[in-house]
Amino acid sequence: MTLTQKPSTPPEIGGIGHSVRRHEDDRFIVGQGRYLDDHTLPGMLHMAILRSPLPHARINSIDTSAAAAVDGVVAVVTGELLAQYNLAWMPTLSGDTQAVLATDKVRFQGQEVAAVVATDPYIAEDALELIEVDYEPLPVITSPQQSLAADAVLIRDDKEGQTSNLVYEWEAGDGAATEVAFARADRVVSLETHYPRSHPSPLETCGCLADVNSATGQATIYMTSQAPHAIRTVFAMVAGLPEQNIRIISPDIGGGFGNKVPVYPGYVVATAASLVIGKPVKWVESRSENLISTGFARDYHMKGELALTNDGRILALRVQMLSDQGAFYADAQPTQFRAGLFHVVTGSYDFPAAHVQCRGAYTNKAPGGVAYRCSFRITEASYLIERLVQTAAYELGIDPADIRFKNFIQPDQFPYETPTGFVYDSGDYPTALRSALDAIGYEKLRAEQAAARDEGRFVGIGIAHFTEAVGAGPSKKYDILGLKMIDSAELRVHPTGKAILKLGVRSQGQGHETTFAQIVADELGIPVTDIKVVEGDTDNTPYGLGTYASRSTPVAGAAAAVVSRKIADKARKIAAHLLEAADDDIELQNGVFSVKGTPGRSVTIADVSLAAYTNLPDGMEYGLEDVHYYDPPNLTYPYGSYVVVVDVDPETGVWKARRVVALDDCGVRINPMIVEGQIHGGLTEGFAKSSMQWITFDEEGNCSGSNFMDYLIPTAWETPRFELLETCTPSPHHPIGAKGVGESATVGSPAAYVNAVIDAVAHLGVRNIDMPLLPDRVWSAIQSARATGG
Amino acid sequence: MFPSSFDYVAARSVEEAVAAKAGAGDDARVLAGGQSLIPMMKMRLAAPAQLVDINRVPGLDALERTNGQLRVGALVRHADIARSDLAFGAIASAAPWISDPLVRNLGTLCGSVAHCDPEGDWNSVLLATGADVVARGPSGERTIPITDFVVDFFTNALRDDEMVTEVRIPVPNGRSGGSYQKLERKVGDYATVAVAAHLELGGTGAIARAGVALTAVVPKNTKVTAAENVLVGNHPSTELFEEAAELAAQASEPRDDVRGSAEWKRNVVRVFTRRALTAAAAQAQQG
Ligand SMILES: Cc1cc2nc3c(=O)[nH]c(=O)nc-3n(C[C@H](O)[C@H](O)[C@H](O)COP(=O)(O)OP(=O)(O)OC[C@H]3O[C@@H](n4cnc5c(N)ncnc54)[C@H](O)[C@@H]3O)c2cc1C
Repeated sequence: MTLTQKPSTPPEIGGIGHSVRRHEDDRFIVGQGRYLDDHTLPGMLHMAILRSPLPHARINSIDTSAAAAVDGVVAVVTGELLAQYNLAWMPTLSGDTQAVLATDKVRFQGQEVAAVVATDPYIAEDALELIEVDYEPLPVITSPQQSLAADAVLIRDDKEGQTSNLVYEWEAGDGAATEVAFARADRVVSLETHYPRSHPSPLETCGCLADVNSATGQATIYMTSQAPHAIRTVFAMVAGLPEQNIRIISPDIGGGFGNKVPVYPGYVVATAASLVIGKPVKWVESRSENLISTGFARDYHMKGELALTNDGRILALRVQMLSDQGAFYADAQPTQFRAGLFHVVTGSYDFPAAHVQCRGAYTNKAPGGVAYRCSFRITEASYLIERLVQTAAYELGIDPADIRFKNFIQPDQFPYETPTGFVYDSGDYPTALRSALDAIGYEKLRAEQAAARDEGRFVGIGIAHFTEAVGAGPSKKYDILGLKMIDSAELRVHPTGKAILKLGVRSQGQGHETTFAQIVADELGIPVTDIKVVEGDTDNTPYGLGTYASRSTPVAGAAAAVVSRKIADKARKIAAHLLEAADDDIELQNGVFSVKGTPGRSVTIADVSLAAYTNLPDGMEYGLEDVHYYDPPNLTYPYGSYVVVVDVDPETGVWKARRVVALDDCGVRINPMIVEGQIHGGLTEGFAKSSMQWITFDEEGNCSGSNFMDYLIPTAWETPRFELLETCTPSPHHPIGAKGVGESATVGSPAAYVNAVIDAVAHLGVRNIDMPLLPDRVWSAIQSARATGG
Repeated sequence: MFPSSFDYVAARSVEEAVAAKAGAGDDARVLAGGQSLIPMMKMRLAAPAQLVDINRVPGLDALERTNGQLRVGALVRHADIARSDLAFGAIASAAPWISDPLVRNLGTLCGSVAHCDPEGDWNSVLLATGADVVARGPSGERTIPITDFVVDFFTNALRDDEMVTEVRIPVPNGRSGGSYQKLERKVGDYATVAVAAHLELGGTGAIARAGVALTAVVPKNTKVTAAENVLVGNHPSTELFEEAAELAAQASEPRDDVRGSAEWKRNVVRVFTRRALTAAAAQAQQG
């Protein structure tokens, strides 16, 4: 571990470690970005979707005649019509099926029932109001507990052999060893908590513009997709179109956060409509449609128990988790892992035994379970263990910082295999936490807290130390629908020494056009401004599984480094030829190839690039171009220590975060400015989840959260100020030592905020308040703790 | 989001606006800042046949003090009030709490008054300070006290052919103070609970006039007369304010919803009424 990291290239080259200004921002800032809805094609039609107002109902009939008669309406599409093309249902990324347009029943409020294609979007919207659907309401299930009750109505009666609402059962760890440890424990501490449903709500909603050429059968689909290549393959499978005839172009994306990974019914219907009508069809969701129907996240009901010794040493962890999957099981996650990477729940602590049992249940809610800015359910896992350890501290009367120091995996234990099978690559957790505590002035704050309590003021200090597992993943274990989770980079250096790097991933705002260019700049010494990064067009980039789960830098970033090294090897040979020296005597530094020991004799990368097309040694292939498919040997494990201080108003339950100190270690930072931006974003999302941002449903299954007046996203006004710290522990197996950071703070920070509020009222005996910590929940917790004499 | 189709008239004078409205009956709506009307149209919760846009009518943007009154014209934006030195007491306190800067730059006080959204802030403030709403119809002008103007939620006392041209708020001449206490979940949110308080002190320092009104915890913005009656004639004190706060809490009719439980909201009414009265008294005693 080092505390600071220094760039090895000069600023003109702008390699790793430079806070290079983001290349993409020029066009975004002046309004020259090109998002999906900016695209138009000649003769383009517009599609709007009719959605179910009811969460669970049988469809008796759909009458589309009045809608079809409206001037300007070209087609009205129903599930019955799609069924004729075998498109009424489609596979989900978790191997379940999902209705494209409902035929038999609607299973959640907002489900797609019919679509209108018209010459303008207003007409399409007007015509929707004329479609008459005869629904027969069915009992509604709004919780997984209700769903698994013996007498619950069967939601998925479409699935042969499905006799209950259970979606899956899955477990990790060693049940027997865990039982033994619990039997030996001095103390068992438990916590039950719900990580509520939320929605990634990217500012740009989802949509597509499908253009199927009836003469050639070529389908060009502009789509808001984080994973264009994988989606193309899925499309080929769903629609039976030859894969070479499908071109998915994912233009500039206005935020994804996991929401733009799945295939949505709108994409399928628009493409089918274009195919049948022979004209381009555009479909763009409204805000409400995005919020009520597309991939949600979280919604885990968790119970965790720790077996401990009296002095606070953890012996084992036992977890039971029940997930609310909505009407279709559509988690975007590796096939082997039915609850994503939730089994990373042992966190940053060293103990021998764990047992994690997971179940999922269908409910009458929107499908999804996407990795909202997290690596497949790691957010839920990190939240549970950090809340649980904090609870144990109160129950055992140990300081919440001390119990963590006592149980941390120590620096000399890496690589460290956890009881659920992860192999953590590197870390120094004690130094991280100690630094964060020192920065916030922990001991002084504890004194202030005690004094404040005497005056009736509530101050709380919350800690969370998280370890993430990102960069899925090694082909041995990680695939989605059978596709291995590799990723790729293709690099061509042109005769003038300028380069184009193409990748299989897709940036949604993360700054790939800058950071991946920096990796190449660092390896080859080509100035970062001379490198163009291309992503998002399946006809024009190498295959890859896409951008989510913090995998771009760990996987595609690694591919960019490796492909640069392949190019460097060839360039070295060309330089040797130009310098009339032996290959082995050539050194490359900052874009200059020189002969070892004779510094005067050198050529530049630009000279070599020209030679690659003009003057080569005999027998060498022309060009300076290569591609690399990277199969990561392991995941990477970024971590961090967050400390939050809050003030709670005992009279109203309103709380405010006074200070937030966040230490992150994501290995080598390619662009420190972008890394800090990612951390700011994640800390804001953590604040959002802990305080206000959730989707909930009333007992009738109505979604309350269908617009930004009801689904709350904090503004800069209420978001606290952040103080960032860092350490740098490179990943030993990643080509440049980077670990990925896009999601760290989203994963790590919710527990820090919640622990802080709980800490403010823990002296009254409060141990849990479920997120979001709305003032009324905090106030009620204080009231009931006081009533029971806390 | 695509609204239903509608006709649009850009009125150049109050007469033109009133005539357009009279011509179309209750299917016409005045468009002021559009900060309530346009979202409702986009969500197809409202589908007026005609919009009468008053934004080009000269003279409606006057914000001035005359004859002991603060006159707020129909095109005075929330932001104008927030910036103005003419605002006082609860009015000055509430203005920065209306939504966010974007909405404040367009939305109008008169539009908010006309809209009668029980979660809207201005009607509570005006119920506390007292105010008259000036309405213009084809047959001329009339003045409606705010207590009569707010009929019910989303229902005002205007006739179909009338529009609001201004609101007049009496400016106290003695020592006075006011405060608006609002609990919102984030900037730009409507109130979960809000309390407006207005106090005028007599020569002895006793309370001569008191106004207390509630937002979002009653079906319409509501004046708490019982609390006002307890306050008038007494000297400001913690006990007095607690008593008034209790009466305000009793007058509230909150409901359980995603924002929180009724019990908690009633508690917040109590706490905020006390805090609003304490702040109002401190301001009055200073000035
Ligand atoms: C995101 C958001 C958050 C908001 N938060 C708050 C908040 O916290 N507190 C709050 O008080 N308000 C809030 N509002 C509402 C805002 O204050 C509106 O500006 C206000 O309610 C209406 O004023 P307007 O000028 O925009 O009216 P419009 O939207 O133009 O009109 C509203 C209604 O009043 C009628 N009307 C308008 N002017 C007149 C007139 N002169 N005569 C007769 N009828 C008229 C219209 O016909 C329409 O029926 C919010 C709005 C938004 C979009």
